[in-house]
Amino acid sequence: MYKAKVTISLRKSILDPQGKAIEHSLKSLGFDSIVDTRMGKSIELKIDAKDEEEAKRITDEACQKLLANPVMEDYEFEISKTENITK
Amino acid sequence: MNAKVGVVVFPGSNCDHDAYYVFNDILKADTKFLWHKDSGIGDRNIVILPGGFSYGDYLRGGSIARFSNIMKEVVRFANNGGIVVGICNGFQILCEAGLLPGVLIRNANLQFICSTVSLNVVNNHSIFTKYYNPGEEINIPIAHGEGNFLCSRETLDEMNANDQVLFTYNDNPNGSLADIAGIQNKSKNVMGMMPHPERASDAILGNTDGRRLLQSIAESVM
Repeated sequence: MYKAKVTISLRKSILDPQGKAIEHSLKSLGFDSIVDTRMGKSIELKIDAKDEEEAKRITDEACQKLLANPVMEDYEFEISKTENITK
Repeated sequence: MNAKVGVVVFPGSNCDHDAYYVFNDILKADTKFLWHKDSGIGDRNIVILPGGFSYGDYLRGGSIARFSNIMKEVVRFANNGGIVVGICNGFQILCEAGLLPGVLIRNANLQFICSTVSLNVVNNHSIFTKYYNPGEEINIPIAHGEGNFLCSRETLDEMNANDQVLFTYNDNPNGSLADIAGIQNKSKNVMGMMPHPERASDAILGNTDGRRLLQSIAESVM
């Protein structure tokens, strides 16, 4: 069993209004050293795959088909081994 | 051939009855609801994807609805030249399905905007806008949190070259690229727009600027 942690973010070229709002709030709290804030999504998948390569392939396909929209979003993911789950 | 309008109902659609009412009761078109689990569109020759929050707008607006059962048939119908119109959430679904270019992202000011806005009719060389004059100003309500249209520069150039931009905002409320409010596809049988023409079609509501749009859609198959 594998776990995929998928991180989806707005493409760098796209203005991220949520990130900007968070950044303004951080600045008002005195976090002057934080110079950029981007807001994204995190999705965890548990995958019943025979090896890590297969888990990667499945995750990548899921990202391309549904989880991310390539017009506005980039995605990256990490795969790790996890214990079997009963459900 | 008479218009046979099918209004698709997804879980979370909330403008489906408004669309049904205008086509059926005001324009006197043969209108039926289609359920998202249906495997086909039956005898319908016009498909409307209404506004709302299909599947709770989870993941991204329209991204789950795009894979619902009926959409396979709607995509096939559109690719064969069938008339498909998406309003608000329906526009988001059409973009997610790849039937229209671009995507709708969060409004630039992060707010859900519910207001009547002024639109410019960019061109009337379409089966959707033929009853308007180019450059005509019309007022249509909007109600969305994710109506900020975005596409690549190349896609925008291509859309402009093909007369695909139908409506622009006169006072851009949501940050949309090039003030875009409504577009059609390259083959000009699929249209999407964020504003709600079905909310501006009954005289009792004080504004009928949207009625000519829906009327020309209903007459597009005659």
